[in-house]
Amino acid sequence: METLSENKKAALLSVLLLLVGCLIWELSIPAQEAAGELTEYELLTGGGQPKAGVPPPSQVLGKAWEQLSNPFYDAGPNDKGIGIQIGYSIYRVLTGYLLAALIAIPLGFLIGMSSVAYKALNPFIQVLRPISPLAWMPLALFVIQDSEMSAIFVIFICSIWPMLINTAFGVAGVREDWVNVARTHELGAFKTAFTVILPAAAPTIVTGMRISIGIAWLVIVAAEMLVGGTGIGYYVWNEWNNLDLTSVIFSILMIGVVGMLLDSLFGLLQRAVAYVE
Amino acid sequence: MAKSFLSIEQLTQRYPDGQGGEFTVFENANFGIEKGEFVCILGHSGCGKSTIMNILAGLADPTSGVVKMDGQHVSGPSLDRGVVFQNYSLLPWLTALKNVTFGVQARFPDWDKSKVIEHSTAFLEKVGLTGDTIHRKPSQLSGGMRQRVSIARAFANEPKLLLLDEPFGALDALTRGTIQDELIKVWSDTDQTVFMITHDIDEAILLADRILLMTNGPMAQVAESVEITIPRPRKRTDIVDHPNYYAIRNHLVQFLGQRSAELAGQSDTPPLAQPKTVRIDLTEDIDAEDPEPATPQLRAVEA
Repeated sequence: METLSENKKAALLSVLLLLVGCLIWELSIPAQEAAGELTEYELLTGGGQPKAGVPPPSQVLGKAWEQLSNPFYDAGPNDKGIGIQIGYSIYRVLTGYLLAALIAIPLGFLIGMSSVAYKALNPFIQVLRPISPLAWMPLALFVIQDSEMSAIFVIFICSIWPMLINTAFGVAGVREDWVNVARTHELGAFKTAFTVILPAAAPTIVTGMRISIGIAWLVIVAAEMLVGGTGIGYYVWNEWNNLDLTSVIFSILMIGVVGMLLDSLFGLLQRAVAYVE
Repeated sequence: MAKSFLSIEQLTQRYPDGQGGEFTVFENANFGIEKGEFVCILGHSGCGKSTIMNILAGLADPTSGVVKMDGQHVSGPSLDRGVVFQNYSLLPWLTALKNVTFGVQARFPDWDKSKVIEHSTAFLEKVGLTGDTIHRKPSQLSGGMRQRVSIARAFANEPKLLLLDEPFGALDALTRGTIQDELIKVWSDTDQTVFMITHDIDEAILLADRILLMTNGPMAQVAESVEITIPRPRKRTDIVDHPNYYAIRNHLVQFLGQRSAELAGQSDTPPLAQPKTVRIDLTEDIDAEDPEPATPQLRAVEA
C-alpha cells in the first residue's frame, strides 16, 4: 500500500465509497416490497402491484445500459432517446451562452477600460444581476412568443452576468506596467486590446465563463421543465409524470455527468490561458 | 554651439498638494544629452528622477517645459525611446524570445518572421541568454535573467534613446555586476544613447560618460553635471585603481550626502540655469574642480 501514489489511493477510495453507497442503497430497498402474503381482497384491489418506490441501483444501472446503448432513438414526441434530449439541452445552453459571451465580453472590455462606462452601467448590472433567471420566463414567453427562444433567452440572461463582471474586473486589473509596454511600443488600441489586455485578463475572463456555463446548465433543467417539449429538464419531469423513477434517477445522474464535462472543458481552457506572474 | 541630441528645457512638474496649493517636484530642469552618450542621473528619492524618466518616455506630461529630441518636440510614447523598467515589465504569458520579438515586430513591421526571430535571438545572445532558456516564460527565469530579457528587448528595438529606470535596483550585488558588464558590452556594440536612473554611485561611475546630480525635492534641480574622466573600456576591478576614481567618487558622495540637502528648495535660480559642469581629472594635473566648462560636449542646452 505504501507504494501507491496519492492519486491512486484517492481513486481506490472513491470506488470503495461508490460500492458501499450502492450496496447500502440496494439493501435498503427491499424493505418496501412487503407484498408477500396477500388476501384475495388485496389482490383484487391491486395491492399485489409493485408499489412505486425508489428503485435500487441495479435497476438504475439496467436502465442506463438500455438507454445508453441506443441513445438517439426517436419514437414520437414523448419517447426520445437520452442522447437526443441532452442534445437539445446542450444546443439551447450553447446558443444562449454564446450570445451572452458575444455581448458580455466586449461590453466587459468597455466597462473595464473606462471608469465612466463602469459607473454608468453599474447600477443596471447590480439590479438585473440578482434576478432569478426563471423570473424572466413569463415576460420572455409573452414578448418572444416562442417557448424554444424563451428558454434560450433565459440561458442568455443568466450567463451574461458572471462573464460581464469578470471581464470588466480582469480588464480593469491589468497591470499598468504591461499597458505601458504596449504604449512604449506604439501599439494601437486594437493591438493593445488583443496582444496585451486580452491575454493579461484571460484567466479572469475564462473563470467568469466557467461560472456562467455552470449556472446555464443549472438553469436549463428548470427552464425546460417549464417550457416542455424536449430537453433533459423536460425528460426528468416527463418521467416523473410517468412515475418512472428509474428514469428520473438515471437522468439526474446524466445531468451531473454532462455538467461535469462542460465544466472540465472550461477547466482545460483555463489551464491553457493561465500564466504565472 | 550646436543643440544637443536630446534637450530638456525648463522642465517643471507640479502636483496639487491636496490642500488647494501646489507641490513642486522639480523646477526648470535644463540639460542635454549628446548622441551616443551614456548619462546617469543620481539623486535622493523624491527628487523626481522617475518623473523625468516618465516624461522622457512619454508616459507622463510635465506641468511645463519641453523635451526635444533631434530638434523635434517629444510628446507621447514612441518606439524611438525604449524603456527598461525597474520591475522588468515582461509579459508573463510570453516566452523570453516572444517578449523580444513582440518589440521587434512592433518596431519593424515589414520584417518577415524569420528575420524577426534571428534579430531577437542575436540580442538575447548578447546579454548571455541562449539555448533553451529563451523559450522559458519569465516566471521560470531568475530576476537577473528577466532583466536581461528586458534589456535585450529594449536594445533589439534600436531606439534613438534608451531609458533605463533603475534597472538593477531589484537585483543582488553579484548579478548586478554581471549584467552591468553585459549592458556595457551591448551598449558599446550599438552606440546607443542611454539615459539611466540609479541610486548606486559605483554603478554610475562604471557605466556613465556623465552623471547628472539632482538636489533634494521638493523644488529639486539638476545641479551638476559630472564628467567621468576614466577612459573606456572600464573594468570594475581596474577602475578603482585609476587616480580619478576616488576623486570623482568623493565628489559624488559629498554631493549626495551633504550638498544635495543644502542646495534643496532654492527657487530663485534663473529659469535657464544649466547644471554646473564639473570635470575632475587628476591625470591632467588640473585642480580638482574646474569651474569652467572644459569641453563643448559638456555644454548642454541653450534655450
